Order: sequence, then C-alpha cells, then structure tokens
Amino acid sequence: MRILNVTKRFGTTVAVDDVSLDIYRGELFALLGGSGSGKTTLLRMLAGFERPDSGRILLDGQDVADVPPYERPVNMMFQSYALFPHLTVEQNVAFGPKMDGLPRAEIRDRVAAMLELVRLQGLEKRKPHELSGGQRQRVALARSLIKQPKLLLLDEPLGALDKNLREQTQFELVTIQEKLGITFIMVTHDQEEAMTMATRLAVMNHGYLAQVGTPAEVYEYPQSRFVAEFLGTANVFEGLIRTAGATGALIESTEFDAYFESDTDPPKPQGARVFVAVRPEKMRIRRAEAGEMAGTNRLVGTVRDIAYYGDFFMFVVELPGGRSIRVSRPNLARLTELPITWDDRVAVEWEPFATVVLPE
Amino acid sequence: MTVRLLSGRALILALPFAWLGLFFLAPFLIVAKIALSESALGVPPYAPLLRWTDEGVLTIVLNLGNLATLVSDSFYLQAYLRSLQVAAISGLLCVLLGYPMAYAIARAPANRRTLLLILVVLPFWTSFLLRVMAWIGLLADTGVVNALLLGLGVVSQPIALLYTDFALYAGIVYCYLPFMVLPLYANLAKLDPVLLEAAADLGARPWRAFLTITLPLSVPGIIAGFMLVFIPAVGEFVIPELLGGPEAQLIGRVLWTEFFQNRDWPMASALAVVLLLLLVLPIAWFQHVQGRASR
Repeated sequence: MRILNVTKRFGTTVAVDDVSLDIYRGELFALLGGSGSGKTTLLRMLAGFERPDSGRILLDGQDVADVPPYERPVNMMFQSYALFPHLTVEQNVAFGPKMDGLPRAEIRDRVAAMLELVRLQGLEKRKPHELSGGQRQRVALARSLIKQPKLLLLDEPLGALDKNLREQTQFELVTIQEKLGITFIMVTHDQEEAMTMATRLAVMNHGYLAQVGTPAEVYEYPQSRFVAEFLGTANVFEGLIRTAGATGALIESTEFDAYFESDTDPPKPQGARVFVAVRPEKMRIRRAEAGEMAGTNRLVGTVRDIAYYGDFFMFVVELPGGRSIRVSRPNLARLTELPITWDDRVAVEWEPFATVVLPE
Repeated sequence: MTVRLLSGRALILALPFAWLGLFFLAPFLIVAKIALSESALGVPPYAPLLRWTDEGVLTIVLNLGNLATLVSDSFYLQAYLRSLQVAAISGLLCVLLGYPMAYAIARAPANRRTLLLILVVLPFWTSFLLRVMAWIGLLADTGVVNALLLGLGVVSQPIALLYTDFALYAGIVYCYLPFMVLPLYANLAKLDPVLLEAAADLGARPWRAFLTITLPLSVPGIIAGFMLVFIPAVGEFVIPELLGGPEAQLIGRVLWTEFFQNRDWPMASALAVVLLLLLVLPIAWFQHVQGRASR
C-alpha cells in the first residue's frame, strides 16, 4: 500500500495535507491522532468513500483512487460496526460473499469458519440488537474479514468497548491478524491501543504526518514537541545548545539555573534554541539534601501533588518560577513506607539518554 | 400525595378514552343500532329497536335483513370489492410515486429538506374540494390537457379523460400522495448512511445495496404510508363522484345514495358498519406487523 502526496479538502479546511506513506504487507499499522487530525478521512480515502483531491493511492502498484468501494479488494470495519439490523449474524457475515455471487455451499462453509475464528458459534440466528457490544464487534470483524481482503481498515475498532473488554480484544485482534496475515490499518485516538497493537504507527496532526515509526521509535525518539506530548507524557523545557557533537550535546536551560545533557547528536547546531523533553518514568525522584541546587540533568522543587495509580505514583513537582513537572515512580514499596510526601523538597534527576532534544 | 399522582395520571389517561368513547364508540353504536332497525316512513326513518308489545312486554326487534342483503345482493358485494381494489391500486401507485420522492427528500442536503417537505404539504393549504374540481378543469374534453394535445396535433379530437378510471386514480393518488411521502420520509431519514457504505464496502453496487438494505429497512414506512392512503381511499366519496365514471360504484357513493336518495338509513348504516369492520382488520394486521418489527 502506497500513499503518494494525497491531499483532501472539505471546503476551505484541509483534512489531509500532502500525506505520503508506505504500508507493507502483513503490517498492523496504526494511524494515531486527535479528533480532526485527518486520520479518519485518510482511512475513508483508502476504503474509497472519499476521493483524494490530489495524489495517488497505490495498492500492489495499482492506482485505486478511481475504483469505487464495491470493487476494491479492501474491507472496512466501521466504528459504529454498521451491522445490518434486519439481518441475522449469519446473514451479516455472509453479505460480502453473497454480493460476489459465490456458490451457496461455499458461503456457508466460509461463514462457519469465520464465526469460529471470532468465537461466535451458536449465535448464528441472532439479530444484532440481541448481541452484547463485544459480540457485535466480533460480528463486524468477521463480516469485514470474510472476503479475505488485501487490506483491512479498522476505524476505532475498540472505541465502543469498555476497558477490560478492550484489553482482551486488543490481543484477540492481534492474534487474528497474525493468523490471517492480512494487512491491518487501524485508526485510533487511543495512544495506548496504538502502542500495544501496532507494528508501526503514524502520528497525525492537522492533516499531516507528524512522525512514522515503530511504537518504540516514536515514543523514545519523538521528532517534535507535538509527538513527545501526544504520545505519553513529557516534561518539555526550553534551552540553548551550548555544545553539540556526535557524542552528545549540552543545553543550557533558559528557565532554570541548570543544564541538560544528552547523549545524541542534536537536530540543531550550537547556539540554536531547542526544546528538551524528558519522560516522567525516566526521571528519579528523591528528597533533596539541605542546600542542594539544580545542576546538570538535575532539577530541585517542591512536591505539590501525588497521584496514586496503584501500579505507580505520579508526583507533581513545582519548580522555582512556578511551573510544574511530572515524575513517576513504580510502586515498589508499600504505601505506608512512602518516604516522599506533600511539600517535601525533592531532587529530580535523569541520565543523558533520557534527554530528548527537539527542534523548536 | 400518591393518591393525587394517581388521579392525575388517571385523568390524563381518561382524556383520550373519553374522546374515543364520545366521538367514536357512541356514534358507532348509534349507527350499529340503526343498522339493525327496520326502515320506516317518518322522522327518523327507522323503527325503534326496543318497543312494548300490546301485552305490555318489552321486546327487542332485531332486523338482520340489511346485513343479509349486503351479503346476498351482488351489487353491494361488487361495490365493496371495487372499493378495496381501487384503494389498493391507489395505495400501490402512491408507493411507486411516493418512494422516490421521499427518498430524494431524505437524501437532500439538510437545509433543503424543510423546503421540500413544505412543498409536499403545500396542496393542503387549498380546499380539498377545490383541488378535485381543478382536475375537472384539467381533464375535461375542453380542458387544459386536451387543449394541449390538440394544439400539438398529437390527437385530432379530444380523448375522454374525465369520468374514467384514469381520472379516478389520478384524483385519489394526487390527493393522498402526501400521506405516503411523509411517513416514508420519516422512515428513510432514520436510515444510517453508514449501512450503505458498509454494503458498498462489502461489494454491493448502489442498486443492490438499495434492494438489500434500504428497501427492507423501509418496509414499516411503506406499510404506514399504504395504510394512510388505503383506509380513507376505501370510503372515498368526493373523488369518484366528481372524477370517476358512472361504473365507479364505490362503496362511498352507494352509501350516499342509500342515505340521501333512498332515505334507507338502516341499509346505509349496515353498509357503514361492514365498511368499518373491513378497515379495522387491515389496521389490526398493521399493528401486529409493527409490534413484531419493534420487538
């Protein structure tokens, strides 16, 4: 699947702005973005419901921009599932092959195989309104997979499920994808969903692709402040590059009397203004010693808030000047042994590899 | 407090029942009573059901003769059948004409729908009688349509349009079309367009998607519209009288003749009671179907 310079406008707003993207066979690719980022519009162009204003969409080297949806070897699982309310589970799943005019016996076998794959045996004769949310989701999945598409598009596939069911279904979807080897392209606003399921993901913002890569690449090496803050949590500081080189960089904070040290080559030359991002879980927090001041990769502040998540704590630390940063700590000890509490003066430190330098 | 709430609820529930009892059930019982009376010369032109015999015993005299006549005299049977036939054909024509209209309105951009719906009901702002009369002006031998055809040289002499079945159906379909379009529109507007996208995605061409998704899901709207056309059309009097030919002896005309010309109130009442029963049956069936669909 190859998307080349695709642009789509609705009136004066540009929904998808000059997007180029390659998606490989067998991938589980996630398009991640907030509402209005253009991710759904891009998906609908792949399905054939919208036509790009310019650019090309190639599937196996063939331009499909003018191919209507009913002739594309692409199927879609809709966010609302779009199950046909007047048809039974069986008839819903059989709809695609029936439209293709397959022999009745083959349709029956395929439907049975699909219902087995999504574990819906015994519910063949039910109507959609007689099913639970999770069952409907699986009918929608079976219906969109039965034609063995080259590409399956999933629009917020887990959006309508509650949290526990969502986690379980994430793994099921990945298992089914691996079993069938069909390329999945999934649209989601849930970064956790994209991170856990996708082999690669693209972060979209205002119609353009902010970054494309594996979940780990994009999380560990965000290329912009937007990506750093959208994917997970990041503390972002401002600074000036003092020294820069292949072995690392030293950045002087413009907000605090501190330096940030990084072990990678910064994207900007010496003297440039940059952002520095540090993830909360890459920071260590401890009580500050008397008179201890901020230094290199060290900030000193006061604990203003502690959020208890069960598996970890999130400390909100107020720095001199009034702004706050977030520092997380795994819950290794018992609650009663928590040594750091509200209004404690603390030092926050991190290693050079945790310092991500971003262009301004 | 509970008692007051209960009485308030009872009052609200009682209102429609009182209305139906007063304006539907009571007249129906009166008509049913007249239907079972013997016709008589006088005012009112029927004999009372309850009367005292010479021996001073209260007796009920039920006259089933009218009902027997209805069944045995093929004239009445023909009129019923013809009325049902005309109403059914009109209903079907309204479906065929009204469906594309309702579909187009439901698919129109939201800001234009209100205007289109107003256009559908606009004819109601003119008197029903006037609109039927206007069709006479259109269809008469010297009417607009014939003048146009003659002027264009399509025909050499006027073709008979008025007082034919064509005029009858044209009138009924014209008058009742809005009753088909409105419920169908309400139904089609509810259809989620994503369902059609899903059908297209699974390989259904637009026409097949319509047949397999839109049409089955709009059946309740079709039935509702059909009933709204069929039921009043069965008893329609004005349109067959003004536009239909002399052979269009529909039950509405027969009833009118019995009542006003023959002054046979019991016969007319018997006709009305049987007509009502004929109509209640399809409504009951419709209710049944609707109940099943919503389950």
